[in-house]
This record gives sequence, C-alpha cells and structure tokens, in this order.
Amino acid sequence: MSEILEYKGVWVLVEQRRGVIQPVTYELLGKARELADSLGVEVSCLLMGFKVKDKAQELIHRQADKVYVVDDSRIEYLLEEPYTRIAADLINKYRPEILLCPATTLSRSLAARLAANLNVGLTSDCTGLDINPEDRCLLQTKPAFGGTVMTTIISKNHRPQMATVRQKAMKEAVADPQYQGEVEVLELDASFFASRAKVLEVVDEAATSINISDANVIVSGGRGMVKAENFKMLEELAKMLNGAVGASRAAVDEQWIPYSHQVGQTGKTVCPKLYIACGISGQIQHLVGMQTSDIIIAINKDPSAPIFKIANYGIVGDLFEIVPQLTKRLGDKS
Amino acid sequence: MIDYLLTEEQIMVRDMARQITDEKIRPVSAEYDRSEKFPWDIMKDIAKSDLFGVYIEEKYGGMGGGILELCLVTEEFSKGCAGIAICYSASALGTYPIILAGNDQQKQKYLPAIAKGEKLAAFGLTEPAAGSDASALQTTAVKNGDHYVLNGLKHFITNGGDADIYTVVAMTDKSRGARGASIFVVEKGTPGFTFGKKEDKMGIRASSTSELIFNDCKVPVENLIGREGMGFINAMRTFDMSRPGIGAQAVGIAQGALDEALKYAKQRKQFDKPISSFQGIQWMLADMATETEAARALVYASAREVAAGVKDVGVHSAMAKMYASDVAMKVTTNAVQICGGYGYMKEYPVEKYMRDAKITQIYEGTNQIQRNIIGMGLIRESSK
Amino acid sequence: MNIIVCIKQVPDTNDIKIDPAAKRLVREGVKTMINPFDMYAIEEALRLKEKLGGKVIAMTMGPAQAESALREAISLGCDEAILLSDLAFAGSDALATSYALSQAIRKIGQFDMIFAGKQSLDGDTAQVGPGIAAILDIPQIINVRKIQEIKEGQIIAERMTEYGYEVLQAPLPCLMTVVKDINMPRLPSLKGKMKAKSTQVTVWKAADIGAEEARIGSKGSGTDVWKIVIPPARPQGKIFEGEGAVDQLVDTLKGLIK
Repeated sequence: MSEILEYKGVWVLVEQRRGVIQPVTYELLGKARELADSLGVEVSCLLMGFKVKDKAQELIHRQADKVYVVDDSRIEYLLEEPYTRIAADLINKYRPEILLCPATTLSRSLAARLAANLNVGLTSDCTGLDINPEDRCLLQTKPAFGGTVMTTIISKNHRPQMATVRQKAMKEAVADPQYQGEVEVLELDASFFASRAKVLEVVDEAATSINISDANVIVSGGRGMVKAENFKMLEELAKMLNGAVGASRAAVDEQWIPYSHQVGQTGKTVCPKLYIACGISGQIQHLVGMQTSDIIIAINKDPSAPIFKIANYGIVGDLFEIVPQLTKRLGDKS
Repeated sequence: MIDYLLTEEQIMVRDMARQITDEKIRPVSAEYDRSEKFPWDIMKDIAKSDLFGVYIEEKYGGMGGGILELCLVTEEFSKGCAGIAICYSASALGTYPIILAGNDQQKQKYLPAIAKGEKLAAFGLTEPAAGSDASALQTTAVKNGDHYVLNGLKHFITNGGDADIYTVVAMTDKSRGARGASIFVVEKGTPGFTFGKKEDKMGIRASSTSELIFNDCKVPVENLIGREGMGFINAMRTFDMSRPGIGAQAVGIAQGALDEALKYAKQRKQFDKPISSFQGIQWMLADMATETEAARALVYASAREVAAGVKDVGVHSAMAKMYASDVAMKVTTNAVQICGGYGYMKEYPVEKYMRDAKITQIYEGTNQIQRNIIGMGLIRESSK
Repeated sequence: MNIIVCIKQVPDTNDIKIDPAAKRLVREGVKTMINPFDMYAIEEALRLKEKLGGKVIAMTMGPAQAESALREAISLGCDEAILLSDLAFAGSDALATSYALSQAIRKIGQFDMIFAGKQSLDGDTAQVGPGIAAILDIPQIINVRKIQEIKEGQIIAERMTEYGYEVLQAPLPCLMTVVKDINMPRLPSLKGKMKAKSTQVTVWKAADIGAEEARIGSKGSGTDVWKIVIPPARPQGKIFEGEGAVDQLVDTLKGLIK
C-alpha cells in the first residue's frame, strides 16, 4: 500500500463540446484547486478532443498547473474506448491521486469505463468533496435515494480516487490571467485512437430551451396541464424567470412534452434554486428527482396532493388562472 | 379486506387485473368518461395479459377458470373505471350463451378469438318494448331453408357497435310466448345487421351502449345456439352466471369510492383537525366499509356456487347482484358527501363513482326483478 | 440472437428505509421491484428477440430474494434466469458487481448483446453497464433511446445526451444501457406468470463463475461507505389561500428572484 503514497496530484477531466470548454470544467477546477491546496499538490487537466489545443491556456488561467492535451480528429466526439485508453495510459504514467470528472452523460460513461479499466472505485454525481485530514483520502459526498440520504464515500486502497461531480455543485475556479502553468500537447500512436464504435451523426434538439440540469429555475408541469398546448404558458413563465421547463412522467407519457424535460426517478434529477410545480401531484417517483431544490412552489387544485408536503410555498387553485397571472404580474413592474 | 382464501392462481389473476387497473386504467378513467371513446387501448392491454380468457375452458384457448375469476377481474377493473370494466364483463355476458348452450363447433369457432381478446362479444336481448318484460320481444327470426331471417331492433346493448360477436335473442315462434324465443350468434358485418344510435349516458360512459338493427338479416342455421324455443331458458341461465359479475362491478365501484373518501377524510382539515377524526365521519366510513365487505362476501359466495355447478343458483346470484348494487349506490353517495363540495366537482374522481353506480341497480335485471326472483324463489323453496 | 439483460432488484420507492448505523438500506421485509430502467432494458431485449429470433437471459446479482425479480422477468417473456448469489458477493460496490456479472457472462459464453438499465434507483451510479463493457472489452452505447437498425453484425443506435442525441454504430457483441424513451414496457401475461412459477432459476455462487476472491464483495470494491446522514425533513411550507393568494405568491416570487 506504500504505492498509494506514490500517487500525487489532482486531475480534472475537461468537458469540451465542439472545441468549446464547458463551464462545468471551471467548477471542477475550483474544487480541484481547493483540494490540491489542502494536499499540497498540483492541479492538472486532461483535455481530449479535436481543435482544442489552443483552449488549454483558458484552463491555466483558471489556476491549472498543467494541461495534458490530446488533439485529434479521431476523438472529436467522445467515444469511450479511445478516451479510456488514452486516459488510462496517462493516469498509469503520471499517477494522480484524485481524478475529477464532470457528471455529464458522456463523461459519466467514460469515467465508469475508465474506473473499471483501472480497477478503482468511482463515486458518481458528487455534490461535496473534502480531504480527510487523518489519511489524506478524498471524502466524496452525494445524495442517494432521491436526496433522502447524504452518503459519504471513501476509497482507501485504490488510486486514483475517482469521482464524477454534479454540475452547479461547486464554485467555479477564480479566473487569473496571470497564472503560470504548463501545456503539454501529446502525440500518440494511432492505436490509441482505435474505436469499434463510431459516431455517425450528432443531432441537437430543443435548441431554444435551456437544459434543465443547468437551470437555476424550473417551471414544471404534470398531469394537471391537460394537454400539450398548455405547456406554452409554462414556457412563458419560465422565460420570465430565466428558467427552463420541466415535466412529470405523466406529461411525458402523454407526449405533451419530450422526455428530455422529464424530472424524476426515470428522468433527470435536478436541484435548481427554484422549482415551481404546476399540476403535479407529487408522487414519490417525481419527488426523488427534485426534492433537494432550494425553494419549491406548488400550484395544484387538489389540496391533498402530496407535493404540498414538501413545498415551501403553495397555492390550492386553478393553475390555468394562476400561472398566466404570475407571468403577467412578474412582467408588470420588475 | 377479508381474506377469502383465494388459490395462488386466483391471486395471480387478481393481481394481474390490479396491475392493469393501477397502471393503465386509473390514469385514463376521467378522460374516457369525458370523451366516451371506446377504450380499445385498454382492451389490447387486457388481451395481452390473457385475462379475457379467465372464464373460458383451456381447450378453447382460455385459462380454464370460471365465474369467481371473472368476478375478481371485474372488481379490480371497476375500482379504476366501471365503464372500462363493463366493456370487459359485458363481453363475458355475450359469450355465456355459447358456453352454456353452444355445440362444440360453435365453441371452437367463437371462443378462441374471445379468449385471446381479439374479438369482443355482446348480448342482444333488450328492446324498447321489452325490458323487464323480456317475453315481450318483437325481434323475429323466421326460418328459411338453410338460414333464419332476423328482423327487429335491440337497444341499450352494451358493447353494441364495438363487439364483433353478438348473441341475439329473437322470437322464432311468437305463438308460444316465453317458449318461442331462440338465441343466435350474429357477427358484425353480416348484411342486414347495422347499428343505431349510441346513447349518451349518466355513467359508465367509456362503454358503448347502442341499438342493434336487424333488417332482413340472414343468419345461417349453424348459428342457432341450442334448440329453437330454448332462448329464454338459456338467457336466464346466462344471467344466473353473469349476475355475480355485476355484483363484482358494484363492489369494485363501492370500494373505489370508499378508498377516495377515506383518503380525502384523512387529509382534509376543518376546525384544525382532519375530518377523519370526527366520529360522524368515522361512523359513515364504518358503515360503508362493512356493507362493501358484506356485498363482496355475498358476491364471492354466489360466484363459488355458480362455478361449482350447483343447481338452482338463481336466487343467490340475484341476492348478490341486488345487494351489491344497492350498496354501491349508497356507498358512492356517502363518499361524495364525505368529500363535501370537492365531492361534487368533476375535477375530483369521486362523483364519477356515484354516476357509475346507478346502472348496476338497473341492468342485467333491475333490482325490482331481482327481488321478484328472490321472493318467488323463497316461496317455491318453502313449498317443497 | 443471444441477448443478456442485467437487472437489479431494488426497494419499492414508496417503501425506502435507511439504517444509518449500519450505513445501508434496510432490505429485509421491504417491498421490492425490478429497477424501473431495467424494465425498459427487458422490453427492448424481448422486442429484439421477437424480431430477430433467439433468446433472452435475465441475470442479476443479489440475495436469494432477488429470485422474484428474475421470475418477473420470465413472466414478461425472458427465456432463462440466472441469479448470482453468494455471501462472498455481499458488500459489493459497482466495481465488484461489474466484475461478478462479467465473470458470469463469460461463463454463459456466446452472446450478441447485453442490455442494462441506465442506472439503478438505489445505487444511482450508472456505472455497472460501462464497467461490464470495460471488463469484457466490448464496445458500449449508453443512454440508448432508440435502436435504429441491427444488420450484418452491426448495431446502429441513438444515445441520448443533454443536447439531443448522437447516432452511433458499433459491432456486435455490444453493451447497451437504455433510457425510458426507448419503449413502453409490456405487462406480464397470465401465461407468462404461470411459466415463471415453474421455471428453474439457475443459481451460481462465486466458485461457479470462477470469481477471484480479491475482486468480489467488499474486498473487491473500490469504494466504501464512510458515513450516511439523513438530512432534516423539509419544514412545512406556507399555503397561500383566499383572496390575495396570488398577490402573496407574486410578492414571494419577486423576493426570491432578486
């Protein structure tokens, strides 16, 4: 186990899309800096993609000490095999003690394949990370069972300690244009880029609406919306609040709104500052997806709806009257 | 609920029906009540689950059970929506003449598709002038060589227009009165067989209630069920079998309403307390629950008797149907009462149970006819 | 087509009990169900079997009671059921679970596809699917919302992301994790339930799958639970009623969004 002590450094897997570094990376860097300072080690980034090498400086300016870049057209899209192979090789070579990855769909998949490949533990979707002063181990905290419980996980005997980190859970690294760091662009052999899976096409959807996982405000509709057209009024309220539109499973099953908006057990787990539930009864399967939101407001005509039990504020009434009124009144003065 | 010591298979059947009710029927019950569209999607789900065959012999493609299984399923469906439940159980009503009096060829021809849920059945007896007085039938069936010609009008037929297989009672010999009726199988699409208006009903609105119009409709002699003149006897035997099913529907409606009322009472606060803490409400709930349980016990007991092939089940099955439907009307009315103003609003599920309950006191023999059957049966028994 | 579906029996959501002292879920006496995402995996596997022929093997690692989940899978139409059950597997995290399932899959031998639900309700990790793919060294397509085509030993499927979806092609054998959008799971049939009653569930212990002791159970886990905390329940909220209800709500909202 003395090998464990040979692992040093906090690494961050960079999230990039179409050559643009995603904000969640800066959140991870913020936390990485804090952890690294506690441990007295460096922060490094692993940036993989295509046409990304000139972005490396952006990472340095967010207090990364080192950036390893692998830039190649064959890894333009995240494919688990080449990304795993490259990451595993670098990790085995440079031996970081901690690797933080964003808990985005693709990075979670990559992290899971990578962890199994390295035979190490992985804690997914963390909302809290700290160093245990007794043994320098990473304490990885995450909500479980829909937030009814907070679990803290530790990986005593495996290195690197891997965690995927939930968006908006950490504070972004402070920008420091004077920060000095090193960028190393790696030239790798063709065999690193081999992938049995290929990306044939990338289709963007819901171009106009905000991704609900990122939103600070979510206005959500359930069975009480009665039909698809009625979601328009939620869109208007959401727009007024700079938020996104969510939905319960009932609304998605009725095909009033696409699955990408579904919040709940078989949908997305969200934790916005404000969650407004309209015509949602509050079945447990929905609650587990949003009950850790900071403020919950419920609008429902059924006074016995379970949603009122967890709402900070509620109105028992007709959402078709209340929601447009809210939108109008919020637009009035502000 | 009392433990009725159901067999493992019966529990499987009941749980299967319960799952369909909770996952498929409840979510759409209000919508079908509003739209009155026929619930084909739900019929498909029921078909996939094999539940259409629970009362049909295995050799004809069924699951080999009987009336009790039919009651278990009907009760569960009725907790979710009595209208959708009756689409299922009225098909059984339309099938029973074939099961009770059909020959092997007829059973081979019609039962498998019904058991698989590929086709629905309907029973065509009632006419504008012949309701409780079933012997006043006007529809005629005149034999002509290798076929019968049917002429007449049936109305208030459940599954009318949507079923494929109709067992129709017509007079083959008016001069013989009650002994002059016969039952025929008439398939949808037979020339001369059309459908009239679909009724706009108080309740069970998901089910279609329509007129059957026979206009020189030619039906092959092979489609005669049993012998000429046996029509009423077979119709009465059919009702003996189906009455527990209506009883089960009524029990399901009552239970559904009771569950809603209880849920509401526990969370509705007035005078700083949930209303379930008031003795008055508790007494109402107690009576509702006891009567529902008693109705269930009577329905199951009658169903077991029928399933066991006991002779002369008519009086007991009439008791089951009559009592359960009267209980359903009472329980659902009280359920609305407990829910107060909310109970009266269509947005709340409980008023639908009350509207649905009423028909159970009327169809498949009004409760007045049921009382006739029971009264006359008692007198007959005591004269022996 | 030989299709393997990895499923997990999880506590019924409506019945979750935590034991903070023992740092785990209470599983005894709690109602269980098949993990919801796995239902979609089973359904997709069954649809492919109906279209292309072959068989579907349902597999799970768990205590003896997990057998009921496998019987449910059979009642839906799966052909065989395998339960990995051994005290030695107890305390497994996603890593150790992936290893055990992979060993069992190796024992089965030939397979064309492995399906799993995107993640489990109780573990929430979404790691076991990719973990199995890594250990068996096969390609993976995660978050599949639609299979476009399977032909000539290749699968073309859409993987769902936050932005929309990507169309991927991979050679078989391949592992897929599925999301809810992919299909509508069927209900079991009575005939299926009766078949499930009489079907033999194969039970394998660690020795049967040649599992190395060091890689299973808590020994084989990469992570440990350090602490479980039950956060305080959300306090009772305020219900706005009567005439000025909407006004009060608007004022509250304005205050919040400042």
